[in-house]
Amino acid sequence: MLAWADFNLGKWTHDIDVRDFIQKNYVPYTGEADFLTSASKKTKLLWEKCQSLLKEEIAHKGVLSVDADSPINITSHPPGYIAPDLEVIVGLQTDTALKRAINIYGGLRHSKQATEAYDYKLNPDLEEFFLKHRRTHNDGVFAAYTPEMKLARKVGIITGLPDSYGRGRIIGDYRRVALYGVDRLIKAKKYDLSMINNEMNIDKIRLREELFDQITALEELKTMAGSYGYDISQPAKNAKEAVQWLYFGFLAAIKEQNGAAMSIGRISTFLDIYIERDLYKGLITEEEAQELIDQLVIKLRLVRHLRTPAYSEIFAGDPNWITEAIGGVGIDGRTLVTKNSFRFLNTLTNLGPAPEPNMTVLWSQNLPPNFINYVARLSIETSAIQYENDDLMREYFGDDYGIACCVSAMRLGKETQYFGARCNLAKLLLYALNGGIDELTGQQVGAKTPIYEEELLDYDKVIERFNIQMDWLAKLYVNTMNIIHYMHDKYAYERIELALHDSNLTKFMAFGIAGLSVVADSLSAIKYARVKVVKNEAGIITDFITEGDFPKFGNDDNRVDLIGVKLVETFLHKCQNYSTYKNAIHTLSILTITSNVMYGKHTGTTPDGRKKGEPLAPGANPLHGREEHGAIAACNSVAKLPYSKAKDGISFTFSIVPNALGTSDTERVDNLVALLKGYFAQDAHHININVFNLDTLKDAIEHPEEYPDLTIRVSGYAVHFIKLSREHQEEIIARTFYQTM
Amino acid sequence: MYGLIHSIDTFSTLDGPGIRTVIFMQGCHLRCQYCHNPDTWAIQSNNAKRYRVNELMQIILRSKPYFANQQGGITFSGGEPLLQTDFIRSVLENCQTNGIHTALDSSLYVKTSLLKKVLPYTNLFLADIKHFDSDKSHKLTGLPNDLNLANLRLLSAAYIPIWIRYVVVPGLTDDKTDVIKLANFIKSLNSVERIDLLPYHTLGVHKWDILAYQYELDQVLPPSAEDIKSIQNIIANITNIKVYANI
Repeated sequence: MLAWADFNLGKWTHDIDVRDFIQKNYVPYTGEADFLTSASKKTKLLWEKCQSLLKEEIAHKGVLSVDADSPINITSHPPGYIAPDLEVIVGLQTDTALKRAINIYGGLRHSKQATEAYDYKLNPDLEEFFLKHRRTHNDGVFAAYTPEMKLARKVGIITGLPDSYGRGRIIGDYRRVALYGVDRLIKAKKYDLSMINNEMNIDKIRLREELFDQITALEELKTMAGSYGYDISQPAKNAKEAVQWLYFGFLAAIKEQNGAAMSIGRISTFLDIYIERDLYKGLITEEEAQELIDQLVIKLRLVRHLRTPAYSEIFAGDPNWITEAIGGVGIDGRTLVTKNSFRFLNTLTNLGPAPEPNMTVLWSQNLPPNFINYVARLSIETSAIQYENDDLMREYFGDDYGIACCVSAMRLGKETQYFGARCNLAKLLLYALNGGIDELTGQQVGAKTPIYEEELLDYDKVIERFNIQMDWLAKLYVNTMNIIHYMHDKYAYERIELALHDSNLTKFMAFGIAGLSVVADSLSAIKYARVKVVKNEAGIITDFITEGDFPKFGNDDNRVDLIGVKLVETFLHKCQNYSTYKNAIHTLSILTITSNVMYGKHTGTTPDGRKKGEPLAPGANPLHGREEHGAIAACNSVAKLPYSKAKDGISFTFSIVPNALGTSDTERVDNLVALLKGYFAQDAHHININVFNLDTLKDAIEHPEEYPDLTIRVSGYAVHFIKLSREHQEEIIARTFYQTM
Repeated sequence: MYGLIHSIDTFSTLDGPGIRTVIFMQGCHLRCQYCHNPDTWAIQSNNAKRYRVNELMQIILRSKPYFANQQGGITFSGGEPLLQTDFIRSVLENCQTNGIHTALDSSLYVKTSLLKKVLPYTNLFLADIKHFDSDKSHKLTGLPNDLNLANLRLLSAAYIPIWIRYVVVPGLTDDKTDVIKLANFIKSLNSVERIDLLPYHTLGVHKWDILAYQYELDQVLPPSAEDIKSIQNIIANITNIKVYANI
């Protein structure tokens, strides 16, 4: 086949097997970054145009325009362009850039609220149709929710659940579109469908229906690409087509779904194979190769979904988590870094820092030193890079996994997950003391037990009660998730994303916890200091008097760190007691996104001294101000949390002022590299690196217009700082920034 | 054997090469007017903590993975670490056995016999020069500088690497003639690898208030970037050594 000329053949030619194609054809790159070129003229002009649109968007409350009339799907909107003569890679979600569409299948109410929040009105015919004739995911979930589930959601013990928006976290293997062309993918799916022809039980019937839908979606993908003048039924023949085909696959996914996190996967090294072939044949220049990647990234930066204000409270800053996993090392020991890994990161220089795509470097101690130094330097300049431990994940996920959202690894095209946001363990600890009564509303929410009788808290007794509440929550949480994902499959099935997966998938059900450090510190206070309870007039414990000092998470002190470790293990085991929808495998994350602020608001005073309403720490971070022994001790505490029990990821955000990282640029790079090496050598999973002067952030609050590109990493993703609410901005400033004395 | 330790910072990049675990020892016999850690002065303090050598070693070893490529290690600071010579000598020796780079941040306003005890176990000295003029040193720190200079000459004679640290305080230590004399002295030493200018700052002033000490520099403002730059140039030109200034 012409499209595959000069490629090393292998089993990928007769099976759908992108990994095999990559392994047989990629060329590791260990050289320096000096081959990189700046943005082409076309790219510069196009990006200028986009930047003025982005400015306009900020001026319009963050939403440039809304199409409240046409529910979006793969073929709903005519082709859209920004500047056809400048666009090398084409395709927009709607007919113009930054126009947001309504995605009603996720939830009618959500679409209505979101349009109204930005002064648009959902087309009344649509509203009537969906009310009368077509139930949406959100309505399906609420039809089945028990009163207990609704209450748990309302008080904030479990929140952020994907019951009114797309669950996301499903990464289509968009590379398949480029490598095989859509016709071949349809053929494979038709074969899979034909093989389910024996006993028709519920699972088989459902899979047949899903495969049928997947095939339809693949046909629609071809139609959509056709509207832009491309026939993508056959494999891509060159680098430009490979980028374009792949992007069409992704575009179909973000048209059909408004998932909270829609990762793009692990595409840079795959695309490098096409680019290398074209470079070798003299078909393109390095500048043109960079142009392809810059222009793809421009498109990724323009992805928009219509969200409600309540959604933004949990996921602040309008994020999309278009996560691209870069680098890592293969199971044969060769690095997966290619020149295109550099080109992808180089977009941060060519186009300036930005949160999307969510640049995720898969860290290995065996990455080429030139690549490590390049990344570290860029990290210091842009604060736009996160690092995840490939040496740790490879053991579980092989060498062709992507990262969904922030920290969730999955084999591309072979594994997927049912996203489950997180539960608030800090609040649950208060339920343990108050016999399941909510400390803020006074309602009976958790398991009913006596309110803690004595004044002085006893560690063993508290743990016993905490276990009762954890059992209660685990059951409720798993059951709630089962309902959500049943309904999501039923009413808002991700046809195109799952069409770009194998038909028989491994599924994870991803549970999450917030408030880990607050709970660990609280239990430590109860164990090592004297904590007395203070009850209000209704007899509910609302405050604590703590006498004496106690070890705090973040100081590399096993007395408290191991309490945190035990919590993670215990909660996972408790969830595992309950069976999951489609027999998904239980996993756990320690990740809050920005919901640590909202969760804190909904949590009373805790025994560690954190006051009512104050934010929890983000992800697995120590609570700010609790670290007494500096950054390494904090890193070491976080590194103890067991990845094997939290395979959905353990997020840690590290912020430092530039001067504290070293005196000269070279020193800063060297020290950051040493920090990363030491941290990951201890089987730590993830780290966000922010290098900032606090004064810059403070000034950006006052003069946002001067900092349009200021990017900062929060829990597992990056945001434009100025797009955060004041509350979130202040929480970030209050956090521990390591500085010099 | 115990050491009395004011605090430990596991992540410093300014107290020696690479990432340093800095151990701030309690107790100092100088009374520098600009001191930003006056809480480390008292020889005994309720806020300080006693550590055995092996306890401290356990903490230090936790940072070993971060001491990459022979960069990084431990730095004793203070207070004046050489007031607890036996303790720190034992820790330094232990560190070297474990392949950890050792540094000592000292005023060197101590008896030479104390310095000699730790000499074999110290890879690098971060040596203060408080003031090159002995009278001004007396006014600034409470003591003349003869021991300081003698000890520096001793380190130089033994070819032990030295990083000189000089605090630039407007009106007190920025006199051009003094700076030139200082630079010439540094030039005469054998093993000075780098010079760090530390601009005077007021971040520690609140501690003086808490401790009810009289802070005498409250009229002094931090030096301007230009002042630092000009001192940097003078010293660099005379010594031919790299002069850093973390502004």
